[in-house]
Amino acid sequence: MTIKLNNLTFVYNPNTPFEKKALDDISLEIREGEFIGLIGHTGSGKSTLVQHLNGLIKPTSGNIIVDGVNIVEKDANLKEIRQKVGLVFQYPEHQLFEETVYRDIAFGPKNLGLKDEQVEERVKEAMELVGLDYESLKDRSPFELSGGQKRRVAIAGVLAMKPKVLILDEPTAGLDPRGRDEILGEIQKLYQKENITIVLVSHSMEDIAKLVNRILVMHRGKIQMDDKTREVFKRADELEKMGLGVPQITKLMKILGEREKDIKDTILTVKEAKEEVLKYLRRKKDA
Amino acid sequence: MLKDITIGQYFPGNTLIHKLDPRIKIIIISLFIFSLFFIKSFIPYIFILGFILMVVKISKVPLKFILKGIRPLLFIILITFFINIFMTRGEVLFELGPLTVTKEGLRLGFFMGIRLIFLITGTSLLTLTTSPIALTDGIEKLLTPLKRIGLPAHELAMMMTIALRFIPTLLEETDKIMKAQMARGADFESGNILNRAKNLVPLLVPLFINAFRRADELATAMEARCYRGGDNRTRLNELKLDKKDIGALVSMVVFFGIIVSTRFI
Amino acid sequence: MIKIEKATYEYKSLIDDSIQQAVKNISLEIQKGEFLVILGHNGSGKSTLAKLMNGLIIPSSGDVEVMGMNTKDEENIWNIREKAGMVFQNPDNQIVATIVEEDVAFGPENLGIPPKEIRERVDKALEVVEMVEYKSHAPHLLSGGQKQRVAIAGILAMNPDCIILDEPTAMLDPTGRIEVMNTIKKLNKVEAKTIILITHYMDEAVEADRILVMEEGNIVMEGTPKEIFSQVEKVKELGLDVPQVTELAYELKKEGIDIKNDILSIEELVELL
Repeated sequence: MTIKLNNLTFVYNPNTPFEKKALDDISLEIREGEFIGLIGHTGSGKSTLVQHLNGLIKPTSGNIIVDGVNIVEKDANLKEIRQKVGLVFQYPEHQLFEETVYRDIAFGPKNLGLKDEQVEERVKEAMELVGLDYESLKDRSPFELSGGQKRRVAIAGVLAMKPKVLILDEPTAGLDPRGRDEILGEIQKLYQKENITIVLVSHSMEDIAKLVNRILVMHRGKIQMDDKTREVFKRADELEKMGLGVPQITKLMKILGEREKDIKDTILTVKEAKEEVLKYLRRKKDA
Repeated sequence: MLKDITIGQYFPGNTLIHKLDPRIKIIIISLFIFSLFFIKSFIPYIFILGFILMVVKISKVPLKFILKGIRPLLFIILITFFINIFMTRGEVLFELGPLTVTKEGLRLGFFMGIRLIFLITGTSLLTLTTSPIALTDGIEKLLTPLKRIGLPAHELAMMMTIALRFIPTLLEETDKIMKAQMARGADFESGNILNRAKNLVPLLVPLFINAFRRADELATAMEARCYRGGDNRTRLNELKLDKKDIGALVSMVVFFGIIVSTRFI
Repeated sequence: MIKIEKATYEYKSLIDDSIQQAVKNISLEIQKGEFLVILGHNGSGKSTLAKLMNGLIIPSSGDVEVMGMNTKDEENIWNIREKAGMVFQNPDNQIVATIVEEDVAFGPENLGIPPKEIRERVDKALEVVEMVEYKSHAPHLLSGGQKQRVAIAGILAMNPDCIILDEPTAMLDPTGRIEVMNTIKKLNKVEAKTIILITHYMDEAVEADRILVMEEGNIVMEGTPKEIFSQVEKVKELGLDVPQVTELAYELKKEGIDIKNDILSIEELVELL
């Protein structure tokens, strides 16, 4: 399943003094099996863009084609689109409302009109995917869980819709490093084992570098870069001008690479850096 | 939709009207409302209209802005208008099916409609030219004498301030939760009234829970900033009456005095 | 400045009514002018410790003294909060007023400062956090970093000697985080305020004079940033990050490369290689 955007433009408060172009002529394609990182500073249009992908916002002009259906058309079945394209908002635990974990996660599948047995199966499956124990947690109130667990319940609530594309808007905001690593680990698992296409919105270049295989960089409502992870992080100076950056390790290796000609300078992880530096040190010793 | 409501909105400026003491403005608007209910003919309306236009002119609030504020209440104005037209007995002008339009009805319809429009513009002019802070300060000061009979003037004002501060935050949050539930297949737009009300649960529950969490955090933050009620509290901007305030008050008392007296001529 | 002696804080669990200890028998002294960072994962007791420091909560046993005033004495409480101001995580939930400068004035107004002096303090505080041009703006229209700076100005206007910040950057984007961190550094270096910063971000922690790491209500590590982060293994075990360069140096050392293990910045490592 692919999502295709053609010349998408969105204007906030049109024809008022507060008019603001949030998205400016965006065309792109999200293909099946991709793990995309969407980066850009606050106000660059990231959140507005992702809300277009499942029809929560109607574009001012342009088309959005999800699985062959143009969702901008008046008679598009938005419920079906929202099932196919799951969207996890920032701080998703703030939207929990049911008395039990089970019922909250079941909200989505029930809205799809599924039978009780199917709903139960989906809740079980979704909880397993995010690492929550079904038996011990299903009857607990979501509000008495820890912060990290609450967030998992909220993510499971979207996964229970069985989306083909999952968009996560800063899923690790406000978590501590351990909680962050756990959630990211589960997202990676979803991508690898469940074959879900993933769009990850994040401010953390380290996380993006570790996980995704394609990066979209947004700036002032436009897609400024759209390329493989390594290619995007090669353009560190441009990123910095947009108020973004590259992982610390990438920056370090870039500086080293400028000094020593034979060091590869587009490094994404500490592991890669270690190998590169070891090679370099050995060469230096041999020389 | 919610953004269109201009009552309660502030239009920043530096004009004489903006600079008037909020207490004076509240008193003048009270006089204005009070006298509206004394008027029984169209002629004093001309003076009221003149008064409104003068305030608009001096305050430099765009007329469009004020008209926009009437729009959300247009429904109420129209209902008032038509009820008065059709429900008043008197000299029949013409008939529309079962409804009869009388001369008196037409007159009363227009009369009431205009009164409502004046009421709305008058109060929006107060809020448009007075910052919420100044407004609450004004209300607090005006209510202070009632403290003696146990009215918690400071607490009321503080509650108003906090409410005003959090309205935009909560509106934003409502929008976000609504979208998050829609992403899970929730439907807020179709169904009959009962179903719609039921469908609001996934919106209202998190909204309330979050509001309480915010309230709790805000209370802690206020305590950390040494808030302990209104006693011995000072203000950054103390309210002080000066010549222009007294002048405005005296001339307006005379003006509305004359308007009210037209009833007895 | 702040002296904590054998402080324990107990609370009743909401789930099963059992008695839990958020802070266990902690003793700690914070010097005037110090920049102290407290690390630890969620639920390790660091926020509780912070709240003990300005009398928002009182220890179940033991003592907390701020500039010689014990938080247990009720008559001291307002003086303590005046001297040890506190900034919280969510910028939205600590701004009271609808106009920036009115909000900054909230603290001094509560202290009963004369209007003329409030004006001076507000102007000065907004200048320090570089928000003067926004003084008549509505707070909800500001960015997260700007809101948090307004919150800091609100504390600054109370003229505290010590400012406690409880994860002030957790909800901000990278730009906002840099703004707030620069402000905090300025408060410490230029305004000579004692700073206690609670954070998850290691790049913020490396700026400290001293770091405390908390785990289950205890202080489990204490030392300068170099001393803490050179123990890569232990820090990771506690569920925390180390800067990527520190990790690289550690990995290289494991491979038998002769390199210092207390590297915190890119520059240091570049020089050594």
